[in-house]
Amino acid sequence: MIELNNIAYSYGGGELLSDVSLKIAPGSFHFLTGPSGSGKTTFLKLCYGALVPTSGHVELFGRDVREMSRDDHALTRRQIGVVHQDCQFLDHLPVRENVSLPLVVSGRENLEHVSNLKELLSWVGLGNRAGALPPELSGGERQRAALARAVIMSPDVVLADEPTGNVDWDMSQRLLQLLVELNKMGKTILIATHDMNLIRAAKGHVQARVLRISNRKLQLAGADL
Amino acid sequence: MRFLNALSAVFVGDAQADRVVPPTGYTARLTLFAAAAMAFLTVFALALSLATGRLAQRWGNELAQSSTLRISAPSEQLNAQTEAALTVLASTPGVASARALSSDEQRALLSPWFGPDLPVDSLPIPQLIEIKETEQGYDTVGLRHRLQAEVPGAVLDDHTRWRRPLEKAAGRLRFLGWVSIGLIGAATAAMITLAANAALSANAQVIAVLRLIGAQDRYIAQAFVRRFTLRSLTGAALGTAIGMLAIFLLPAAQDEAGFLTGLGFAGASWALPLVIPPLAAVVAYLATGAAARRTLGELA
Repeated sequence: MIELNNIAYSYGGGELLSDVSLKIAPGSFHFLTGPSGSGKTTFLKLCYGALVPTSGHVELFGRDVREMSRDDHALTRRQIGVVHQDCQFLDHLPVRENVSLPLVVSGRENLEHVSNLKELLSWVGLGNRAGALPPELSGGERQRAALARAVIMSPDVVLADEPTGNVDWDMSQRLLQLLVELNKMGKTILIATHDMNLIRAAKGHVQARVLRISNRKLQLAGADL
Repeated sequence: MRFLNALSAVFVGDAQADRVVPPTGYTARLTLFAAAAMAFLTVFALALSLATGRLAQRWGNELAQSSTLRISAPSEQLNAQTEAALTVLASTPGVASARALSSDEQRALLSPWFGPDLPVDSLPIPQLIEIKETEQGYDTVGLRHRLQAEVPGAVLDDHTRWRRPLEKAAGRLRFLGWVSIGLIGAATAAMITLAANAALSANAQVIAVLRLIGAQDRYIAQAFVRRFTLRSLTGAALGTAIGMLAIFLLPAAQDEAGFLTGLGFAGASWALPLVIPPLAAVVAYLATGAAARRTLGELA
């Protein structure tokens, strides 16, 4: 599904990641941890083709990212839902339209999806906030809206970058619960977080592998959950 | 065909896709104004080209079918040579009619230079014969030889030396009109490209979001192309309407009027400016498409 082979990534003259290999199997659940600035976001961007490694190979669904055109990348992104740390919304559109945007750009918007959208917004607890503009949302609401947008195309993989970074503990639990539910539906999940409490909270709810980026290398952080 | 399909997609549109790019006030106004101003100027350049075309045709028609025979001879021989020349002309194939101008007509021709009281009869003024040609025309060289032999004082002027430079000047003027239209089109494309680049740069974050959720470049470009094409079409329609009204309100051409009062459209040529708005839309479509492809390539 997502395969990284001996990749390295340099930025601004310094090497951020070195000799990193990882195979993400379908239906798996991974946590990616490490201190701020260790390269977690870079790693995630490599995992969905937003960045190309300086050396080594990244394969997404069996295709080397270097051999993919911009259109190929766009089509691949429809199979990988991404929840950014800063969410990245179109501020002039209400939540409802932001969440359904992936359907619009892929030409798959229809009446069936409209009812799915209502269900989806209810599932993330934003049923009554569908008409609000993104700047009117709280941190937790933005994260949940971003998660709804990431999964509306029913992607195979969901990548989340610090999804609980700007929310309180209760909301962290709620978001984690949503991601666990997605994993139980068969989705592959990779969460980058520096919040160890979140990882501990997942224990007992999901079988997850915890990875750590340290000194530019990717390591298994202790035993799997 | 593919181009036409893509262009028609711009007009059919996608209401949801239109909302993806936030409205940008100043680029909208700039595009609208530029398209309107350029369309207005194009109407005048088109009117200039058509007017010079008509002028060249009129000069050509008026001068091409007529010529003048000038007889310079001592006064006692003038009538005899005139009669001889008319006889020669009457038997020349291609000459429809030949007529010696009366003293009054000759006086009228000279009065702008010498005043109305010119004593034509007492001055050694050559006799002029106006020749009208048939459509086939006559053999100029052959007629000159016959006149040389039978009317030694006759000089044939077939107006070539007048007609050619006038037609050449009118042709140049018409060419300049078309060059102006081309330059206006290029300037329109340049201005729309600048406005589109500004809009694309201002919306880099929107483009990043669209790419994150799987939008292809074609979709992103279309959102901008549609917007700029429709704005240009609207602006150009406005500019063309104002330009046509201004031309319509110009003073009507009179017989004695000069070139400027003849500037305008005649008959079916009033339909020609209606081509300007669709052409402006095509220019905007191509310019914005190129700008979008370039910017999206740079942002990749």
